[in-house]
Amino acid sequence: MEIPVDFATLRVIWWALVGILLIGFALTDGFDMGVGALLPFVAKTDEERRMVINTVGATWEGNQVWFILGGGAIFAAWPFVYAISFSGFYLAMFVVLTAMILRPVGFKYRSKRQDPRWRAFWDWALFVGGFVPVLCFGVALGNVLQGAPFRLDSDLRAFYDGSFLGLFSPFALLCGLLSVSMLVLHGAAWITVKGEEGPVAERARRIGELAGLASIVLFAAGGFWVAFGGMGFRIEGLADAAGPSNPLRGAAAVREPGAWLDNYGRHGWMILAPVLGFAGAALALLGLRAKSAWMAFTGSSASAVGIIATVGLSMFPFILPSSVDPRSSLTVWNASSSHLTLFIMLVVTIVFLPLVLAYTAWVYKVLWGRSTTAALAVNPDLY
Amino acid sequence: MDPAVVDLSRLQFALTALYHFLFVPLTLGLSFMLVIMESIYVMTKRPIWRTITRFWGTLFGINFVLGVATGITMEFQFGMNWSYYSHYVGDIFGAPLAIEGLMAFFLEATFVGLMFFGWDKLSRVGHLFVTFMVALGTNLSALWILVANGWMQNPIGAAFNTDTMRMEVESFREVLFNPVAQAKFVHTVSAGYVIAAAFVLGVSAFYLLKGKYPGVAKRSMTVAAAFGLASSLSVVVLGDESGYALTDNQKMKLAALEAMWETEPAPAGLAAFGIPSMADRKTHYEVKIPYVLGLIATRSLDKPVEGIFELVAKAEDRIESGVIAYGAVEALKVNPNDMAARATFEQHRRDLGYGLLLKRHIADPRQASPELIKQTAWDVVPPVPVMFWAFRVMAGIGFLMILLFATAFVLVTLRKHQTKWFLVLAVAAIPLPWIAAEMGWVLAEVGRQPWAVEGVLPTFLGASSLTVPQLLISIAVFTLLYGALAVVEVGLILKTIKRGPYALHDPAPDGSPEPEAAVA
Repeated sequence: MEIPVDFATLRVIWWALVGILLIGFALTDGFDMGVGALLPFVAKTDEERRMVINTVGATWEGNQVWFILGGGAIFAAWPFVYAISFSGFYLAMFVVLTAMILRPVGFKYRSKRQDPRWRAFWDWALFVGGFVPVLCFGVALGNVLQGAPFRLDSDLRAFYDGSFLGLFSPFALLCGLLSVSMLVLHGAAWITVKGEEGPVAERARRIGELAGLASIVLFAAGGFWVAFGGMGFRIEGLADAAGPSNPLRGAAAVREPGAWLDNYGRHGWMILAPVLGFAGAALALLGLRAKSAWMAFTGSSASAVGIIATVGLSMFPFILPSSVDPRSSLTVWNASSSHLTLFIMLVVTIVFLPLVLAYTAWVYKVLWGRSTTAALAVNPDLY
Repeated sequence: MDPAVVDLSRLQFALTALYHFLFVPLTLGLSFMLVIMESIYVMTKRPIWRTITRFWGTLFGINFVLGVATGITMEFQFGMNWSYYSHYVGDIFGAPLAIEGLMAFFLEATFVGLMFFGWDKLSRVGHLFVTFMVALGTNLSALWILVANGWMQNPIGAAFNTDTMRMEVESFREVLFNPVAQAKFVHTVSAGYVIAAAFVLGVSAFYLLKGKYPGVAKRSMTVAAAFGLASSLSVVVLGDESGYALTDNQKMKLAALEAMWETEPAPAGLAAFGIPSMADRKTHYEVKIPYVLGLIATRSLDKPVEGIFELVAKAEDRIESGVIAYGAVEALKVNPNDMAARATFEQHRRDLGYGLLLKRHIADPRQASPELIKQTAWDVVPPVPVMFWAFRVMAGIGFLMILLFATAFVLVTLRKHQTKWFLVLAVAAIPLPWIAAEMGWVLAEVGRQPWAVEGVLPTFLGASSLTVPQLLISIAVFTLLYGALAVVEVGLILKTIKRGPYALHDPAPDGSPEPEAAVA
């Protein structure tokens, strides 16, 4: 079969598509996780907590699929990245999975018993299920920016030098905190959109404002750190954009402090991403102040899009640089699936992703309306 | 590669996969039973069918979340624990997993919330549509997972690329329409339907024994009897065996589950009993039923069924050829333009995986002595006693299920729902199909050994370069967490059953025999 899109273009498309899926995950499951992380702090009584949980009760399951699909898409389009990142960050991934196992069960099982201790336990499970993965994702991205300690042998088998605690460098922790504040802001905005007006929304706004400020400060600090903290990698010579997916062939990567800013010099428009990260957070802050729920939610969404896009665009064409053996680094040009697989997966995505978006929109429309404490008394289906 | 890392990685995968499959089959079957029950409600508009649908729906929900929670582990475990496997076959194996997310899991997960929360927001037909979408999603999900798994058993439509040191897709159509995957899909999904039917039948029987909620219980039982009879017949008749003639490993699986050491002249007999011994390479105290195996395996009376010795001899030849392929790959690593090596590789590429089997015993397969090759050829035999007994337990329960549902079908047709001995049996039978399903996976995956991907990649090569402490931590925590969640889930299911179908939504209809019949 003649493949109608060339290999290099498909690689860039799939780099962008995985980025879009991860942003989709941050935007949808992101507010679920933010709500989970906020739960014990914004809602004090059982009734308040139920109201908060039901702001995401009917839709978190669908939202979580963005995470699963993100994993699947990385596997299908970037098998190297899937293979090396998840095994290299083994214990961190394990902690994420443990937290994410608790989350579905927390939603479903909490309401099945009246016992306050039972409910308090699942409240904390929901907190862990929101807070811990968000923290770990940020820490992981911090490590990706710094480079991960792996090397490839001639069979392309990966070996790792790092340790679990080694993941928590000061810069990575800063990224983790940025991730938490970004999605706590998003979750707080969601509570004001979907929850009822009252003390809970008031608390959400207060914590949301702190999170918004923290997002701005941490994002700026992270930016300076990336620029002047000795981070960055560069490809030496000309990369073969349609070459075989084999990091040990073709142009080699080297460490180059400050190189993560190179792309902004080459492509001025990319500056829009960090601008959106800041402007979104500022808009969210304004929205929370002005009690305009939709302004806050639009702002927090824009901020998440901007921050995640900033990381991706700064590193392009790198996906996972290696800190111990830069030659082994994974890039858009050397870590993808075959030409045919990328094309087939693109066709499948073009057919099904719009369908997914359409029925997701329909489901949200049917479930439109605020979660209220009054509804809890009359609707036995609610959590 | 540290053998302890491989063993622990396999243990973790087996634990999480078998645990995941405690919840999945009930979801597969119960979702369609909900569609049937709700369809009756939509057609008859009788509120009792709505009560029935919502009651089984509540149990469905408790079970569903654990399927979701354990599925997350499955999705990421390949990358975490089987890093080299993920690199080596990700070009083929990743696609069905991604499509599963996009086409199937999104569908079921997006609609499942609406299924629980949308009763008052949708028309009757609208809600039935939502329930149907959930059922469709769960079943499509199984399809794509089994396309992925089927490819591991019969890796067609792909070839090794020496430039990228991995397998790559040649024909997606072949991967998709892999006959092993198709057979597995029908077999596995039907097994899920049997599990759900046995669950509904058993719980309904429990109510009838207690004299509770007879209206709900009898109707549920009728649905379960019909659905279960059709499904249990489909599991056995459309069994998995259609793929056994296809590859050397599939033939080996058949020989192993039959503990058939020597090639059987046609028509081959089926061993009803025996004690297979790996050490003696023979089966003691064997009792054979003539003709049956030949019929199952070759669908004929005149074709022989190959035995283990013959298949091992074949493997020896393939290992020898695989060593040549391996040598060519090593030459191409150094010089990708070595045309002689490329030609040699083209000739022997089919056996590259067999050459890799030697890596378990020697770092460089090119140095292997003829004795080592002879010895390694025996690696292609999976643990015969496990296979032999797993198959007998699975198949035995399969036939029992047909009997159970046939009896149930006759009894409900005669309106003899209250036949006490049968009700007791139906309750006792609830765990049986779960055992059969787990044995089925043992058979499929243990039977695939020593391969992760048949003839392509040995399991021991697929593992990540992890350390033993990392694996011990994850296995210990997963086991504790999963164990605790299993206890919680069973507790909640029992509690929901005890509270009965009228606890949440509908008041028991006045003047009807429910639930007051409990007193009578």
